[in-house]
Amino acid sequence: MADALHWVGGGLVAIGAIWSIMGAVGVLRFPDVYTRIHAASLTDTGGATLMLLGMAFLAEPGIVTLKLFFVWAFVMLTTPTASNALASAAYSSGHRPRIGNFEFMRGNDSPEAATKGESRP
Amino acid sequence: MRFMTYGFGLAAALAVFWFAMSGETSPLFLGLSVIAVLATLWISARLKVVDRDGSPYLRVLPLMLYTGWLLGEIIKANLAVVTRIVGIRQSIDPAMMEIRTGTRTSLGKALFANSITLTPGTVTVDVDGQVLKVHALVRENAGADSFTDMDRRSSRAADIGGKGRD
Repeated sequence: MADALHWVGGGLVAIGAIWSIMGAVGVLRFPDVYTRIHAASLTDTGGATLMLLGMAFLAEPGIVTLKLFFVWAFVMLTTPTASNALASAAYSSGHRPRIGNFEFMRGNDSPEAATKGESRP
Repeated sequence: MRFMTYGFGLAAALAVFWFAMSGETSPLFLGLSVIAVLATLWISARLKVVDRDGSPYLRVLPLMLYTGWLLGEIIKANLAVVTRIVGIRQSIDPAMMEIRTGTRTSLGKALFANSITLTPGTVTVDVDGQVLKVHALVRENAGADSFTDMDRRSSRAADIGGKGRD
């Protein structure tokens, strides 16, 4: 039984780590600051939740579980505040988002990228 | 005096939280806990956050129920964003939209705005009175309907127990 919980917990931590890497990949692939914030919030929500849940399975039930719950609650309270500060700073400093449907991996051949003179690999 | 009531509630909550986190009962640690609680109270008083919005004890249960609902939304939104990142769906459709909220309390507004930001794919850029400026990764996933549901639920969780300040 304890062995099964160990595997479940380890698996959840591993999936959470992969999920966090997905967030980092999104930060590199998405085109502007606002869309990149969306990718980063994948790490804040999915990655952190899966890893903390996995740690709760790995630890002895009791005070550690409660502490992990509080860590999760504080992460859920503070990360949107940080994201909002970032988005608000970008917007109030005059950075306007790229609006409208586009295939983001096309890079240089999309009309938006051409007019703004952005160069993306 | 309202400050005394809220201050006492905050001190009690901090003491319980400190004890749950440490589990120490020796006189030295209990003395340190008293200092820590009083210092936190002083900082909170200086920040002027010892008020109704800073004392959500009566709303703990509705807020927990709301958190459960929000978790489901976060899972759905996580999948919507991760499929775009790994390239299962190539196109994104970013949009900037203005969302009107029904809540009037500052706690309700903070809860609604933070819920939008916490959900991957949408981020609150600015709050101006009752109107929130929201950036969305995919326009159709962030339609007005999903926000009216979230607004109704978050204001119901935050606004019970009397009217707060605007």
